[in-house]
Amino acid sequence: MTPLENEITALKKELINMWILVQSQLNKAKDAMVQFDKDLAREVLIKEKRVNSFELKIDRDCENIFALHCPVAIDLRFLLAALKINTNLERIGDIAAGIAKYVVDSSVNFDVAAMESTSMIRMYEEAVNILIDTRTAFEKEDTVLARSIFKRDDVLDAINDAASATVAEVIKADIDSLPEALYILSIIRKLERVGDQSKNIAEEIIFYVEAKILKHYESSHRDLPGEEQQG
Amino acid sequence: MESTIVRAENYNAYFGDNHVVKDVNISINKHEVIAVMGPSGCGKTTFLRGINRMHELIPNATAKGKILLDDQNVYDMNAIYVRSKIGMVFQRPNPFPNLSIYENVVAGYLLNGIKISKADKDVIVEKSLTSAALWKEVKDSLHKKGTFLSGGQQQRLCIARAIAMQPELILFDEPTSALDPISTSSVEALFHELKENYTLIIVTHNMQQAARVSDRTAFFYMGELVEFDDTKQMFTNPSDQRTQNYITGRFS
Repeated sequence: MTPLENEITALKKELINMWILVQSQLNKAKDAMVQFDKDLAREVLIKEKRVNSFELKIDRDCENIFALHCPVAIDLRFLLAALKINTNLERIGDIAAGIAKYVVDSSVNFDVAAMESTSMIRMYEEAVNILIDTRTAFEKEDTVLARSIFKRDDVLDAINDAASATVAEVIKADIDSLPEALYILSIIRKLERVGDQSKNIAEEIIFYVEAKILKHYESSHRDLPGEEQQG
Repeated sequence: MESTIVRAENYNAYFGDNHVVKDVNISINKHEVIAVMGPSGCGKTTFLRGINRMHELIPNATAKGKILLDDQNVYDMNAIYVRSKIGMVFQRPNPFPNLSIYENVVAGYLLNGIKISKADKDVIVEKSLTSAALWKEVKDSLHKKGTFLSGGQQQRLCIARAIAMQPELILFDEPTSALDPISTSSVEALFHELKENYTLIIVTHNMQQAARVSDRTAFFYMGELVEFDDTKQMFTNPSDQRTQNYITGRFS
């Protein structure tokens, strides 16, 4: 392998490690929420610093590779994608920490029935699965899997769109549940962002592997590879 | 409207039985900067030397096919005339050591026995040296030997000597590989200026240089023209796997 290939392999490994950490943060925040475990939530908040240091290190590694190896073609696309995936992962890390903060701040535990009726738990599980699948797509350079993320994000969007009504129902049924209902609504809004970040990551994977740009492209056309813009 | 200045049609070049350039077809427009790259021995220099008929100067060297300059086959033209229309700059700066800077610039006229007046010579020398971004540095020492100049200045003097003949096309064979980075960047800056009036074809081993200076890049491999495309496209998303392997350093 050339020195550049070694650098890129190491960078890829680093990104995957960050991915695993962010995924674990998101899962722990969920467990903390369901079990109303404030200690676990605090652990997520502390580990957020590790996510941030991953982001800084990957940024610096990319900068060094640009400066020292002048990458071109697929290597250049990989690095550009790595920089953006890095940012997206860090934001998902922030979202996990944000959810954990709600658990720490909340004085009452979240009602399981309310979490079910608003489909929040289902949304949470799907958001985590989407994140796992983007990682697999990245590791295996699988653009078919990456493309499947766009459709699955629609599921999250649908739950998010319905959230105002479903959360209103929870409040109507029991006005005392207002504070936790608002937390649930906020968490749904945050999970919708996880879907968007994962979609951005999927676009970067396709850009890096196929040199095709899907950003700002009509979602109805995303599944038609022939019509995409060339990078 | 872009117009073609030079075109190769099924051009082949040989050294004895060794087939070094294979069926090359390429069309180059006026005022373009073309970079030609490829691993050693891929035929890029031989192709370049075929354009101004320098290839045939080597014993045993032969060529087939056409090189059309303004739609006329250079192989049907007088070779000396072809070389005056197509200037060439080499890897190592090679000013004539016994001639002054002034005489070096007009050497093409002197050596071909073309008689021009002193006043015309003065104009050509100033114009050519200005175009080669050297005038300001040497205008007070025009009658010193060209070999007193630095490597980068000598190379720009060679460029001025090529420009003096008012060529249509200038060929560069690894023009900066013997220069330091500062001289290299001054020669590269010069390419951008020369583009206004000339068409340039540059053979280079330095891929970043190809990326920096050229509009389109040709990639040669084992005598074949593998890919010829916009430089941006070649360095972001080349269409041939061999090009990708070469520019990313993955050639085994």
